[in-house]
Amino acid sequence: MDSLLGWLDDRFDGLSRRSHRDTPIAVFLIAPAVTILGVFGVLPLILSVYLSLYAGRGINMHFIGLGNYTRALTSEAFWNSFAVTLYYVVGTVPVSLAISFVVAGGLYRVIRGRGLLRTVYFLPYVTSVVAAATVWRVLLDPRVGIANATLSALGWIGDAPPQWLLEPRGVLHLLSGGWIPSGVGPSLALVCVMVFDIWHTSGFMIVILLAGLSAIPRELEESALIDGAGWYKRNRHIVLPLLSPSLFFLLIVGVIRAFQAFNSFYALTGTGRGPLDTTQNMTVLIFTNLYQYQRVGFGAAVATLLALAIVTLTLVQWRFVGRRVHYE
Amino acid sequence: MRRAEAVLRMVLLVAGAVATTFPFLWMLGTSLKTLMEATTPSLRVFPETPQWHNYVDTLQAAPFGTYFFNTFLVAFIVTGSVTVTSLMAGYAFARLRFPGRTVLFSIILATMMIPFEVTLIPNFVLITRLGWTDTYAALIIPWCANAFSIFLMRQAFRGLPVDFYDAATIDGCGHLRFLAWIAGPLVKPMVVTVALFAFLGSYNSLVWPLVATSTPEMRVVQVGLTMFSGAEGVQFNLLMCAAAIVIAPTVALYFAAQRYFLESALGAGIKG
Repeated sequence: MDSLLGWLDDRFDGLSRRSHRDTPIAVFLIAPAVTILGVFGVLPLILSVYLSLYAGRGINMHFIGLGNYTRALTSEAFWNSFAVTLYYVVGTVPVSLAISFVVAGGLYRVIRGRGLLRTVYFLPYVTSVVAAATVWRVLLDPRVGIANATLSALGWIGDAPPQWLLEPRGVLHLLSGGWIPSGVGPSLALVCVMVFDIWHTSGFMIVILLAGLSAIPRELEESALIDGAGWYKRNRHIVLPLLSPSLFFLLIVGVIRAFQAFNSFYALTGTGRGPLDTTQNMTVLIFTNLYQYQRVGFGAAVATLLALAIVTLTLVQWRFVGRRVHYE
Repeated sequence: MRRAEAVLRMVLLVAGAVATTFPFLWMLGTSLKTLMEATTPSLRVFPETPQWHNYVDTLQAAPFGTYFFNTFLVAFIVTGSVTVTSLMAGYAFARLRFPGRTVLFSIILATMMIPFEVTLIPNFVLITRLGWTDTYAALIIPWCANAFSIFLMRQAFRGLPVDFYDAATIDGCGHLRFLAWIAGPLVKPMVVTVALFAFLGSYNSLVWPLVATSTPEMRVVQVGLTMFSGAEGVQFNLLMCAAAIVIAPTVALYFAAQRYFLESALGAGIKG
């Protein structure tokens, strides 16, 4: 092994004398990674735009220009999936950030047992989404799940037990006793997917925020305590600014993740689409078009629109939230 | 006053931890119930007499042996390849000077932002044209390099003092030998992090194996589990056994290498 590497080193050394300093060996070192990322990461992006201009299946594809885009932008399915994606992003990222912030703040002040608690809170994150979602699916099963068993033991169930993941009606509609129309806001099924996601990802956020908190000098907080600053003031003026780089990072990553969520939708609802398509987000729509309908061109158009949405949103966050981040 | 606050805090944190683990406890409890117990709504989490044979029944109900063989074969090759390709590329981007270095690295970083689903359709078309449908090649090769891992390795190599390399060159050591015997071992914690990430990513992947394979012989565990759970008349107690079986390897790995798991999460945090 060593003699082989030495021999290769000598060959590269000979090449280097004739050309640019490190170029030959650099090409050798980056070639495998760049080839794979080029073929399966960058080329597909270009190919996706190309495919989105075609209609038909398999070898019978024909060029239709921007037809798939106009069809997508005028179809109910697309705007429904867009709304589902937005509900999901807005309903998960801020909530799990807030929960993680509170839990991390609590854990930081615990001296004995912190390690064990952190281990437990992180646990859902290491389990596969598919397996964890399978458990939740049974847990929320209207007939045998423990969710409804608990509600009925508490005497909170009337004649119609909640249908959880099978309920297409809007959660606002149900909570308002039918006063708000059913189509407004996310369906109860979508809210269940959101709760699952918050449960599954908060551990990751807690670990990152806990590490960020540990970097804050204890004296800062103690002097604020002596000055009589309450919980809100201490968090608002000391912890929040010092933690803003971690929070900003989690926001960006969280939003990108929420936009591309697929596994939890698929495993919780069986197809990802949910009751009356109320959990069909953009990635599920892409998948449905490829896997169920073999509509490659239409799916590629939706994919291109999704990529545009993510890039735009990331840049906007960078511009408007990034400014308020406090770096030392 | 402060003592009362501490007690209340601890109570709330423990309650949160119990709520967090509850779905797993319920999974284990239900997996040991009889079908009758599992389908009768009740608040009882663990059954009086655990039905351990449920696990045997589950393993016989679906070809989990094949699923696990495929999953581990793919995961091991992917983990090894990602580690090697990102060590090589990370070293080149951190230590070597060559034309186009900045541009190439920026493109690699930019691909991290693009969701996998965007490249799903073109990649599916690509492997179909290559004739790779239902092969290990389709499951393995697209995942043998990873932008984030390259980024992490580059960060690690940049953290090493330049003097190390200078000292080695004076002794007549070339880049490859330096990378293999000196620099590589020095960044071992990051290598473990990258390997762990790659393994988990591969083990837990669902969408790609779902579209890239269609025969039962090529299924990986995550696909197998969704098929098992979607099957007509699936028994909930056996379904919970299947979930527990699929979760077991990563949880075991988590408890064995917990330090590295938490560091991996923090390694991801560096990105900010």
